[in-house]
Amino acid sequence: MAIFRRRKPDALQGTLDLLVLKILSRGPHHGYGIAADITAISDDLLRVEEGSLYPALHRMEHLGWIVADWQTTANNRRARVYRLTRAGDRQLAQQRDKWARVTKGVAKVLRFA
Amino acid sequence: MGWMRRLRRSLSSGDGTFDEEARFHVDELTEELVRRGLARDDARREAERRFGRVTIARERTADVDMFRWVDDLRRDVRYGLRLLRRNPGFLVLATLCLTVGIGANAAVFSWIEGILLRPFPLVADQDRLCAVVSTNRGGDRGDMSWPDWRDLERSSTLVDAFIADKITGTTLSVGDRAARAPGSMVSANYFDALGVHPILGRGFLPGEDVGRNAHPVTVISYQAWQDRFHGDPDIIGKTQMLNGLPHTIVGVAPPGFYGTFVGYAFQFWVPASMQSQFSAGVYALEDRGASWIEGFVKVKRGVSIEQAQAELSAIMARLEKDYPDTNRGRGIRLYPLWQTPFNNAGAMLPTLGIALGVVLAVLLIACANVGNLLLVRAFARRQEMTIRLSIGAGRGRLVRQLLTEGLMLSAVATVAGLVLANWLRDGLALLTPPRGGIVLRLPGEIDWRVLALSASVAVGATLLFGAVPALVTSRVDLAGALRSESGSVGGSRRAAWLRSTLVVVQIALSVVLLVGAGLLVKSFQAIRTASPGFTTDGVLTTTVDAFTAGYDVGRARVFQDELVDRVRAIPGVQSAALSRSTPFSYATAATSPIAVDNDVPPRDQQPSVEYNTVGPEYFATLGIPIVSGRAFTAADDERAAPVAIVDEAAAAQFWRGADPVGSRVQLKGEWRRVVGLARSVKSRNFLETPRPFMYVPLRQNPAPIVGLHIRTPLAAAAIRPPLVAAIHALDANIAPGELITMREQVDRTTAAQRIALTMLIVFGGVALALAAIGLYGVMSATVAQGARQLALRMALGADASDVLRLVLARGLALSAIGLAIGAAAAFETTRLMGYLLYAVDPRDPGTFAAVLVVVAGSTIAACLVPARRATRTDPIQALRA
Repeated sequence: MAIFRRRKPDALQGTLDLLVLKILSRGPHHGYGIAADITAISDDLLRVEEGSLYPALHRMEHLGWIVADWQTTANNRRARVYRLTRAGDRQLAQQRDKWARVTKGVAKVLRFA
Repeated sequence: MGWMRRLRRSLSSGDGTFDEEARFHVDELTEELVRRGLARDDARREAERRFGRVTIARERTADVDMFRWVDDLRRDVRYGLRLLRRNPGFLVLATLCLTVGIGANAAVFSWIEGILLRPFPLVADQDRLCAVVSTNRGGDRGDMSWPDWRDLERSSTLVDAFIADKITGTTLSVGDRAARAPGSMVSANYFDALGVHPILGRGFLPGEDVGRNAHPVTVISYQAWQDRFHGDPDIIGKTQMLNGLPHTIVGVAPPGFYGTFVGYAFQFWVPASMQSQFSAGVYALEDRGASWIEGFVKVKRGVSIEQAQAELSAIMARLEKDYPDTNRGRGIRLYPLWQTPFNNAGAMLPTLGIALGVVLAVLLIACANVGNLLLVRAFARRQEMTIRLSIGAGRGRLVRQLLTEGLMLSAVATVAGLVLANWLRDGLALLTPPRGGIVLRLPGEIDWRVLALSASVAVGATLLFGAVPALVTSRVDLAGALRSESGSVGGSRRAAWLRSTLVVVQIALSVVLLVGAGLLVKSFQAIRTASPGFTTDGVLTTTVDAFTAGYDVGRARVFQDELVDRVRAIPGVQSAALSRSTPFSYATAATSPIAVDNDVPPRDQQPSVEYNTVGPEYFATLGIPIVSGRAFTAADDERAAPVAIVDEAAAAQFWRGADPVGSRVQLKGEWRRVVGLARSVKSRNFLETPRPFMYVPLRQNPAPIVGLHIRTPLAAAAIRPPLVAAIHALDANIAPGELITMREQVDRTTAAQRIALTMLIVFGGVALALAAIGLYGVMSATVAQGARQLALRMALGADASDVLRLVLARGLALSAIGLAIGAAAAFETTRLMGYLLYAVDPRDPGTFAAVLVVVAGSTIAACLVPARRATRTDPIQALRA
């Protein structure tokens, strides 16, 4: 359906999608956890803006890459927990390949110039 | 199916708010910062800052949810489709009502567009074209003279182009049948100014409209090129005989260009310099007194018609001063195209006006009916709506759901309606008889404007009928409605009131339409039995055009004499006669100033009279009684003393009722002896008021194209072969025009009435049927809802007739209100169609009475079925339910 055709993600957004999908591929997580994991795993090199994260989550939810439901966390709070779908899994593989190609390409160009 | 899964997901994403998610995030972040050593307050502030302004994030998140309304719409549509599928009867009925309503509107819109607003296909900037006529002191309209036209062109600064145009025609013989081909004499700028580019050759060159018969060139229509020259690619430079003179074909107009005269498809154009060739030799190009141009001006961009009018009037005033002899009292008047007085636009305007009123009324009735149908359903769906409301659906959502269903109905109906309109595009031309053998071209035009207007009508209609159930449903009283259905529930009173109003409106509107139809039927009957003053049965009429074949006046005279002799000799022919104009034909009779012995008119008046030029036996052939004196004979020729016959209206006006026979009358400057007094006859149509009329002998006032009238008991088909043979014996190049009975000739003038009549009868019938269905629906619902009450009454001893009376009384009350309102409305509006009525008073009591009886009868019938059903109510069952 045309209405749901994904808009072409820009490079940055695509990167955020990739990171989020990767984090979720390790298991379901809530928004805060996703942001914290990205920061921690990247040794503080990457910091995700919350204003970008939540729109991205909702968008990916609409696209069917992830699903969400309310769960109770360890400290007994209600959190919206996101989980990867099969489509999200496929998407992750695709984006990972794309990312590899792009970085490889960029590296080659940088080496040459 | 991917989209369905996604859809389901997007529906379930509403299971919590973003706010809660955001709060969770900020809380977690705060805890983290506290763990890192910040004071709780500072940590909270920092967390909120980092989260960004929450509102912005929420807005962007909501942006993603913009798809939401699409989801809603999709859901509404699917839901609506399911409901409609479950109830196909409703679907068919509602769609049919709307299709008729919207289709009729679209058809009339397309006619108005194609005939009035943009009547000339391929012509650029039609909104800047204005029709031009001259005026005189008395307020009569006339044509323009060529010298005036040229002076206006030279002096005007606000007009882009002066496009002179004068409809003319020629006879093109095809085998033994002569066909009139309409064409036009135009200024040399015609094609350039209209933005029409010939597909072969060229338009006219500047200067080709100058000089007496100096430029015998012609541009032919695409149709003529195909039909007469079989699309010959080397046509340019070849010649075509037009009115006895070979014309060089210099161009072929593009397909789809029909010229600039509403109703006719021109087949050829000649420059205005050829004027005298097409006007029986009368040269008018240098005569400021000769009015013949029916032209258009194309005002400059941004110039209003009023500004152009002011400038041209000023120039005309100057010309009046310069040329007092010819221009005394002469002015100019511009009209927008749709009011063009000199072509069929003016004739169709009132008919299309009535048509518009009729179809709008039908649309209203259709809307009321669909609204009613929806209301019935809304009542049935009250439980559903109530449940949806009580589990939290917004009232706005419910209204939107109802409107979506309505829009689906109108969308289907609009498409069907446009198909209907497309079929009806040529409907007007079918109802309009050919004139002089030429089939009129009155097409509807379905362009984006018509489409847009039809679509907005559909949307408007949806709002009208969709709002009705929405109003009722959205005010459902939750507590009341959830209790089980019983006799009277909150909201049903309101619904009943609305439905009753709708039915009253429907009945009233159908009364108006039917009264209109009734008046026209009566008028039509009057016309059928009325006598125009001459015999219509057993008289055939046709035209014989010797002039086109190259005859001059002298040769034509001989030809005509011999022709009449030969026609009289055809077996079965009782008499035959010629005349310059044929009664009830499009060609109007000539007009001349008149002076009468012993009758001195007031100083500032110049009396004039219409006259016809007729041959011997004209009065006998057409059965026009000679009251006093004698008819013309063969002896009244060019060598004899000039004579005339006057009619009773002329005698009453110029001789004050005295017998004019023997006195003298001056016509066109020549004194004639009055030899006879003829009974007055109608000369153009039944609705004209009697005007003074005279006759002069054909021999003393020769005319080239003549009507030939034949009195015979035989049919046209039997007369045609010997007639053609008789003409061919004289000249193989001449053929008669269309041969029809005088009855047919007369009937053709009633086209406008016939169109209006057809429309009113069809739509009046539709309206009555719709209104009856509406009333039936209301009464059925009333009976169903009131079942408990009725049962109670019956249980308490009321018998069937009591119940019948009770139900009928309610239905008849509604119908009576509708009848009263309708009659009052009709009483006020029917005079608008007065010009269509012959010998019928717009407030004819008989018609009103008949319509009231018919409508009342239909409404009684519509009430009777539900009423009888009510009497069969089983009290026990109804009370237990």
